[in-house]
Amino acid sequence: MEADVARARPVPGRWRHALESRRVLAPLLIAPAVIFMAIVVGIPFAWAIYLSFTDAIGGSLSGDWVGFDNYTNAWHDENFRRALRNTLIFTLASQAIVVVGAAVLSNFLVRDFRGKWFVRFLVVLPWAAPVVLSTIMWLWLLDSLYSVANWTLARLHLDNALVSLLAAVNVEEDAQVPLQWLGRPNLALIAITVVHAWRILPFAVVIFIAGRASIPNEVEDASKIDGATGMKKLWYVDLPLQLPIALVAVLFGIVFTAVDFAVVYILTHGGPFNSTQVLTTWAYAVGIDGGSLGEGAAISLFLFPLLVLVTVGMLFFARRAQVS
Amino acid sequence: MTWRQKGWTYAVVVPFAIFLAFPFYFALVTMFKTNLDLANVEHSPYLYNDLEGGFHWDFWNYATTEHLTFLFEETNYAQWLLNTFLVGAAVVAITLLLALPAGYALARLAGGWGQSMGVAIFLVYLVPPTLLFLPLSRLITQLDLKDSLWSLILIYPSFTVPFATWLLMGFFKTIPQELEDAALIDGASRLKAFYLIILPISLPGILTAIIFAFSLCVNEFIYAFTFVSSSEQRTVSAGIPNDLIRGDVFFWQSLLAATLIPAIPLALLYNAFLDRFIKGFTGGAFR
Repeated sequence: MEADVARARPVPGRWRHALESRRVLAPLLIAPAVIFMAIVVGIPFAWAIYLSFTDAIGGSLSGDWVGFDNYTNAWHDENFRRALRNTLIFTLASQAIVVVGAAVLSNFLVRDFRGKWFVRFLVVLPWAAPVVLSTIMWLWLLDSLYSVANWTLARLHLDNALVSLLAAVNVEEDAQVPLQWLGRPNLALIAITVVHAWRILPFAVVIFIAGRASIPNEVEDASKIDGATGMKKLWYVDLPLQLPIALVAVLFGIVFTAVDFAVVYILTHGGPFNSTQVLTTWAYAVGIDGGSLGEGAAISLFLFPLLVLVTVGMLFFARRAQVS
Repeated sequence: MTWRQKGWTYAVVVPFAIFLAFPFYFALVTMFKTNLDLANVEHSPYLYNDLEGGFHWDFWNYATTEHLTFLFEETNYAQWLLNTFLVGAAVVAITLLLALPAGYALARLAGGWGQSMGVAIFLVYLVPPTLLFLPLSRLITQLDLKDSLWSLILIYPSFTVPFATWLLMGFFKTIPQELEDAALIDGASRLKAFYLIILPISLPGILTAIIFAFSLCVNEFIYAFTFVSSSEQRTVSAGIPNDLIRGDVFFWQSLLAATLIPAIPLALLYNAFLDRFIKGFTGGAFR
């Protein structure tokens, strides 16, 4: 019957009718975004996958087929293993700091207190600064010669104590005063982790606050009546309800940290002796600086399936946690 | 709140604020330092010192604005700021143009496969730029956009569109279907219902998408660094490390000033929209 009505109408009417039908309208509205992404992501992505199976070098963007050679070469390279390990360390360690920090800070930031606006402004700052620039700022804070940390430690006469402590806990065995924050492998790992945590924390705090805001007032009232207070309430009421949103915050944190290039590139360039390389910087070092495009593409491609797994898993759990 | 709760609040909030904001405070101090004061490792980095490292209460007489002047007069900094803003604004516009209809259609019209497709679109965001930029740079050369801001305006939506589509899809789902049905019964077309009913209520969600897309653009580094090579066409993220770090020479005071200048207005802006942003995010991602 619907078809008859459409046929009876003049042509523009038929068009309008078509626009009312979900089957026509939905693809029509989705198509521009999908076509755009197919061109600027799909085709380059497919090309990069193809490159990873060739011995392309320099700026040529094509080469002879070499099968999985690039992948096996990358995998057997000690530097690649370290880059993979570092990517995992930076991502997991910084996100652990971020989750704990955001859970605590968001808990207090929703309260009303004098100067709240200013505190919120200070908290948001690391998120507002472009990551390249804020990393340059950290480069200055951790400078080998002019480090404010070293100056302060020296004035407090704590610098030698810290060096002995680092040796005692086996972090840096033969560090010397003044400490080279970015010039020693393990110290640099810690420094990069802290910078990542520092720049993601504001974002996570904001999302945690959003998670709190989504808890219905009735829950608050009910838990009050039931006498749940303090830690008990936090553990049994607030945290479970915030879980879905916390998972999303962690998901974004993981993605932002794992695909980041600027922080390591600017702070250490992957050094000293490739000890702080991550997958993105190592891919750049091999593919661009070293000219082995194919292997560079292969290195970059290790990250993608990992991120897809994490994302699909987290979105799945977030949905599940939501329902219960 | 009791005084005790207040005490706890400050005891937690203040250390966090110091940790997060200290680098900025330090940048603020350093950007006005004279070269001699900066270069002497014995001098306190927290204060402005005279030549012997002494502090005076009229400290502004021992500070200088020459590095700020240098930044604006001897480098293309003002141009970079403008470029960054132009790219951000253009990308936000393109993003909304593509993501609003797609997000709406996925949430409302697509039915069962909408959710899966939304997640699939989000996965596009995960393709690392280090992988894409080589083939993309070929595309940019073919289109004759090399060395032009247009290359960034074309490429940046590749990560803002998937993100924004996913965010907006979630947000549109929270809007009661009845509102739309009422408009449809009253004789409005679907597009008109979208335009007149859905868009106005979705403002927090759309604002969230705008802020997100803009901040992703400002933060982007690899494309900005590789696609644009002439200094006047760069964005802040690429121009500053390129022109203010020359070999081993860092123009520290100017670098730190260059960091603070965009960070402060952006932080004020984010702070002002924070409550809406929170509303947009809660509405969006989780329902």
